[in-house]
Amino acid sequence: MTDYSDPDFRAARLKKRYQAEKRFRAYGMAAIITAGLILVFLLSSIIYSSLPAFSHHHVRLDINISEDYVATDTPEEGNYLGLVRAALRDHFPQVTGRRDKRALYKILSIGASDAVEARVKNDPRLIGTQISLYVPLSDDIDLMLKGLIDRNLPESDRIVSDRDLAFVDKLAEENRIERKFAFALFTNGDSREPEMAGINGALAGSLWTLLVTLIVSFPLGVLAAIYLEEVAPKNRYTALIEVNINNLAAVPSIVYGLLGLAVFINFFHLPRSAPLVGGLVLALMTLPRIIIPTRAAFAAIPPSIREAALGVGASRTQVIMHHVLPLAMPGILTGTIIGLAQAAGETAPLLMIGMMAFIVDVPTEVTAKATVLPAQIYMWANNPERAFVARTSAGIVVLLTLLLVVNAAAIYFRRRFEKRW
Amino acid sequence: MSISFLFLCLLGLGAFSFLFGRRRIRGLTAMAGVKQHSRDVYHGSFVAVCAALVPLIILLAWSGLSPLLIDAMLEDFLRRQSPDLSIGEMGVLIAKVKAYFVGSLPEAFANDLIRDGTDYFAALVDNSATARSFVVLLLGLCGAALGLRLLAPRFTARPAVERVFEIVMIVASAIAILTTIGIVLSLIFETLRFFDTVPVMEFLFGLSWSPQIAIREDQVGGSGSFGAIPLFAGTMMITFIAMLVAVPIGLMSAVYLSEYANPKLRGIAKPGIEILAGIPTVVYGFFAALMVAPFLRDSGAEIGLTLSSESALAAGLVMGIMIIPFISSLSDDVINAVPQTLRDGAAALGATQSETIRQVVLPAALPGIVSAILLAMSRAIGETMIVVMAAGVAANLTANPFESVTTVTVQIVMLLVGDQEFDSAKTLAAFALGLVLFFITLLLNVLALYVVNRFKEQYD
Repeated sequence: MTDYSDPDFRAARLKKRYQAEKRFRAYGMAAIITAGLILVFLLSSIIYSSLPAFSHHHVRLDINISEDYVATDTPEEGNYLGLVRAALRDHFPQVTGRRDKRALYKILSIGASDAVEARVKNDPRLIGTQISLYVPLSDDIDLMLKGLIDRNLPESDRIVSDRDLAFVDKLAEENRIERKFAFALFTNGDSREPEMAGINGALAGSLWTLLVTLIVSFPLGVLAAIYLEEVAPKNRYTALIEVNINNLAAVPSIVYGLLGLAVFINFFHLPRSAPLVGGLVLALMTLPRIIIPTRAAFAAIPPSIREAALGVGASRTQVIMHHVLPLAMPGILTGTIIGLAQAAGETAPLLMIGMMAFIVDVPTEVTAKATVLPAQIYMWANNPERAFVARTSAGIVVLLTLLLVVNAAAIYFRRRFEKRW
Repeated sequence: MSISFLFLCLLGLGAFSFLFGRRRIRGLTAMAGVKQHSRDVYHGSFVAVCAALVPLIILLAWSGLSPLLIDAMLEDFLRRQSPDLSIGEMGVLIAKVKAYFVGSLPEAFANDLIRDGTDYFAALVDNSATARSFVVLLLGLCGAALGLRLLAPRFTARPAVERVFEIVMIVASAIAILTTIGIVLSLIFETLRFFDTVPVMEFLFGLSWSPQIAIREDQVGGSGSFGAIPLFAGTMMITFIAMLVAVPIGLMSAVYLSEYANPKLRGIAKPGIEILAGIPTVVYGFFAALMVAPFLRDSGAEIGLTLSSESALAAGLVMGIMIIPFISSLSDDVINAVPQTLRDGAAALGATQSETIRQVVLPAALPGIVSAILLAMSRAIGETMIVVMAAGVAANLTANPFESVTTVTVQIVMLLVGDQEFDSAKTLAAFALGLVLFFITLLLNVLALYVVNRFKEQYD
């Protein structure tokens, strides 16, 4: 039997209750701080690991564009790799054996000749002269120069051999090695070589895919929302559609991938890996995500506006087209942008329809083979080569930046045009 | 003419018809000297609809269906040339013909059959395109002419246009139903074919999953075993770990933000947590596979635990992080919806704030919170990229979260990515798994809705 009249007991109980209050508050604060720390840790670790990908070590070579390698009349067929290798060989006259030479060539990137090729094709008069040009080093050498591969390890434990190290050190002594911004990351398509792999192809693929998604889902979504919110009688048929749309919004995205595979590819024989199919799949997925906010935007418009328009003799369609739709536009656009941003980050359904093929070319139409940025990130993440870790993180940073910009635009739209009734 | 060019032609025809119709009705009205029924704009729109709508539908239908017909005719042609090809060989041959047609098959790989087939195929494609352009443009011009003929001052153009608009809207909203039907039918159809080779019971209750190449010829399904229990168990385990992370953090932060936090903290923390919801899942997958999993494995090794580098723990933890914003924002909404009078009543009886929350607010918000948790579970079960990148591929039936497990979604991806023949049990198994996934998530969503509707109390 507790004695509530005992002052000591009451004080002790009150103290306990206040302590429980404090603890509860602390739990709440801890939850928020945990979530915040996780967010900060996630973003900062990805940004940190992406930093190496934005620069790359290049070596300055004096290249003799001799006619042995590039004929004056057919610069397209020149042996530019041979040209660059010859220039490198000139720096190391002591290297003679075939195996040593091959090891020497390996410190250069496979793409080292691209810059020379572009220069010469642009200006064929260079043939027969000497030019000085920065060409990229291989990814392993680059990682070592960035300090990501420890050069003090015993030779057997590191990718870069002592012989390569000597080559690089000699070039460094001559002040020929420089760290430059990695334009290749933004201008190239995919590649097996990390230093040549870029996101340009994936970005173009994403754009084509989202274009299809927008063209299909925006009109359909807005029309469906107008019908359900403004026109349709409230009967069983429209109730069915409503339940359906809410359910579709919660269907796992991978199921849409299965739908796309079964219907668009296996039934309609549309091409695999094409932005057309990817866009259609994402459009079906985005549709409910456009319809729901669009309906909310319509519902937020006061009935007095509709009644006023009807009162001066507008038809129902005129009420919608002349008054409700323009007033709801900011809300509709915000919903569409957010829906598209979600579609832009979606990967799983696109894997089902083959949009993760290895594609070097930048796609130029909706039926060309393409990949999208998130799928490119997934492919790079699966690549065991070390330098791809930084590439993957860099791809993620670009993706997150784009999504951030797009979402900021959506928030701006809402703030700028939002009306309070 | 290509489909996009035809499409632009039709748009141009529509625009031209609009302008022409609008001009014509002005002239007609001026001549007749009567009052017009509809405004000019509706007459113009009427002509544009007459000109463009039907050809547009035909263009879409033709472009969707003609490849089917052409493929069937090509197969028929090749079958006549060499009658004894198997279905698989025929598929390869058709693929080769198409590759040769677009020029991606080197000349050295082509034989006479492929060349003949390609010629036939090219002729079909060509004829189809010509006929399509002809039909579409002719119908467009006829439609425009008909529309123009119908124009008259007393013609009721507005109701006609509005009727078309309404039909278009109904079709647009029916797409939602069509999508659901499409999902259900395509999944069920392929699943039934899967159950022709693998018994339902073995799929649902079998304990071993290894869909690789058959070891023996007489093996069930001809290609490994398809017992999905290990996948269900793996999915459950990862979902459970995710909920262990997400429910406390999400719920407590929602409580704190809606009951304790000042507007300033709320203004920062709420969007901050919502950023977590906007991060694409492939990013979480990368984070789980390349940062969390190695970290867990190393710290496990420090204290003498052996963690697989694809442990269920890493995938579950990161999935939990992804789920936090779902739980917190949904719970935040329901906690805010609890009327202030309940809190005031509890405070008046002398309850501290935490007692009010625990004994009054949370019980009142419980149906909403339960439904939020169910929705989050459905999200976790259907989540793909995190588990594809961070969880394992091998189907272990284990209760140890440090080992690697696989999930339903991982297996769907593994079965369908890469080269595949469409009729093998492997591919069809993915659809059966998809159907299970669809029904489980549907069930959870419906349950979430039911909980809210059944147990919600109306306070005001």
